[in-house]
Amino acid sequence: MAAIATLKDLYETLSPGLPGAGAAGLDRLRADGYARFLADGIPTTKVEGWKYTNLRDLAGVSLAPAQSAANTDFDIPSVAPGKTHRLVFVDGVFNAALSAVGTLPPGVTLDSLRGLIESSPATAAEVLERFPAPKADTGLRVGPNPGRGQSGGLVGLNGAFLAEGAVLTVGEGVTLAQPVEIVFVATAADGAWHPRLLIDVAAGAEVTVAEHHVARGGGATFANIVGGVRVGEGAILRHAKFQEEDDAALHLASVTATVAASATYETFVLTTGGRLARTDVQVRLEGSGASTRVSGAYGVDGSRHADFTSLIDHVAANCTSREVVKGVIDGKGRAVFQGKIIVRPDAQKTDGHQLNRALLLSDTAEIDAKPELEIYADDVKCSHGATAGELDEEALFYLRARGIPADTARALLIAAFLDEVAEEIGDAHLRAYATARIQDRIGRLTGITVDTDVPVLGE
Amino acid sequence: MLEIRNLHATVDGKEILKGINLTINPGEVHAIMGPNGSGKSTLSYVLSGRDGYEVTEGSVTFQGKDLLAMETEERAAEGVFLAFQYPVEIPGVSNTTFLKTALNAVRKHKGLPELDAMQFLKLIRAKAKALNMNDDMIKRAVNVGFSGGEKKRNDILQMAMLEPSFAILDETDSGLDIDALKLVADGVNSLRSPERSMLVITHYQRLLSYIVPDHVHVLAYGKIVRSGGKELALELEAKGYAEFGSPEAA
Ligand SMILES: Nc1ncnc2c1ncn2[C@@H]1O[C@H](COP(=O)(O)OP(=O)(O)O)[C@@H](O)[C@H]1O
Ligand SMILES: [Mg+2]
Repeated sequence: MAAIATLKDLYETLSPGLPGAGAAGLDRLRADGYARFLADGIPTTKVEGWKYTNLRDLAGVSLAPAQSAANTDFDIPSVAPGKTHRLVFVDGVFNAALSAVGTLPPGVTLDSLRGLIESSPATAAEVLERFPAPKADTGLRVGPNPGRGQSGGLVGLNGAFLAEGAVLTVGEGVTLAQPVEIVFVATAADGAWHPRLLIDVAAGAEVTVAEHHVARGGGATFANIVGGVRVGEGAILRHAKFQEEDDAALHLASVTATVAASATYETFVLTTGGRLARTDVQVRLEGSGASTRVSGAYGVDGSRHADFTSLIDHVAANCTSREVVKGVIDGKGRAVFQGKIIVRPDAQKTDGHQLNRALLLSDTAEIDAKPELEIYADDVKCSHGATAGELDEEALFYLRARGIPADTARALLIAAFLDEVAEEIGDAHLRAYATARIQDRIGRLTGITVDTDVPVLGE
Repeated sequence: MLEIRNLHATVDGKEILKGINLTINPGEVHAIMGPNGSGKSTLSYVLSGRDGYEVTEGSVTFQGKDLLAMETEERAAEGVFLAFQYPVEIPGVSNTTFLKTALNAVRKHKGLPELDAMQFLKLIRAKAKALNMNDDMIKRAVNVGFSGGEKKRNDILQMAMLEPSFAILDETDSGLDIDALKLVADGVNSLRSPERSMLVITHYQRLLSYIVPDHVHVLAYGKIVRSGGKELALELEAKGYAEFGSPEAA
């Protein structure tokens, strides 16, 4: 971590120039964030939840805003090119020229946070406060005052520099036909951004959101993202995040979602970039009949590190959760999976299922998996499973015995392993895009492009 | 076609094949019979180049080339095919992707143009139909959820697609009911040709009344202890393998 003194300078220098500075609501939010950062600090490996992910690398990272390249002639990823409502951020800063929100149906708003603040700081502050904050308290066992730690410091840091981000609200009963895309493009050699991503889906509404984090020339950048999600009664939100930054980038994100009765929150996270990338997903199933599907795929090689941490909190009865996280680790890569399911005393008839599988491609690849069930209700169905293993030698031999070269056979088996996660994605656009990105990553990992150009039988 | 000379092989340091000699000419079908554990599957794995099966002595020449110097996939591309005693399940890899990748790899090796998706589909449908396999079986993950008999048929489908010049069938009859056996045997017989040789490994005579061999060999405790014509199979059926001794004697 850059010295706190440096950060203090940065905070004092930048604050007056941030949008909405001087407006009471925003000043307070930023001051709160800064105070929280000072109180909690950057999590260390002594902190529960950060045991396996060491942030000492942050010490050498520039926390100053990035200096963007002037050239914006890069390709912008999309799950459905030309058919989405899109906000684009270059090195963390909203870029109106590259964005294409298009026509939104009545009841739907999609704004950059900066734009929202500039038009009305008071409204923006109100919106910001509407969203759940990640809870340091991730279980009943740790008691009401867990003290320092968890992601509090990072969330605080994000709050101290609150300026950029995206706010999507979908009004009651509205179905948004096209997906919303929030695209972060890194072009700078270094520098940090702290976006806030807020999604509010009102009762009975339905929307698909794809979040991209890519490098187009970007290097050792640091994205410190805080997300807030609210899914209203009976609403459906399908959310996918594609983290594909440069191998030198640092990516730390947390998203906190609340899901109301009979609502569904589906979230998928692909982690294939960054020297250190962590996504922390917290889902609170607050109303009877709420459900969530949390899935993740990652690929790490070199000496990269990927961390998928989740907390699924069954607060209400009759809720279901299903989590599938799978990853491939090569070289000296390291992956972390932490998945906790809490079933609170009132959450009878909970159906919770969790699966974590890692494929180790080298002797030096490493996985730390920590599945946890904390159950306080008696009439529940909960299961979890974790496996780590190598490629199936028998399957490899079978493929090779049919003439398939060894490296292609490996690529096929890796693709098969990860494709299972893509199958978890309900939305067809998101699923197809995830599959393609997984294939692309395997191609870079193995040097082999798997040919899946086989027509569907019956067509 | 295939010439095996004084082949010795070990698995986990234990000698399983103890000097096999066998010559198979183009168009011939040879059967290898023998008690369980005699080394039949080991021979098939050694010929197809499976890791962990170490050749300590001897040679195998296939169409004039040193077979043992080749990687598994190279042997397959050169025309060696093994129908597995236990075909492997591969979740997540569809039969179509698997076979298209395999077929095009083999075609590439032979200097033939690769098949595109439509050409491939046409071919596999025709071959599958002959084996009474439906579209559902072709598009499912390789052998996943297949019955024992379906797995064997799937292996024969692969053989029909790849058109090898030398096929080893390792207990292809095991786990098949009589109808499935006939279907598989028909599939195999339709591939018999003056250019294609086969090594049919079986424990029972039953298969050999459908796939009639030119020569029959008895493998016991790592050695071929007797060779003869197709009538040898019937004799073995009647007498069993007792006369070929016990492992200690070998
Ligand atoms: N992977 C292995 N490790 C150790 N021993 C093996 C292995 N595979 C086969 N064997 C041994 O080699 C011998 C021959 O086995 P196998 O070739 O499968 O016989 P068959 O196919 O004739 O029944 C047996 O004694 C068996 O136990
Ligand atoms: Mg056998």
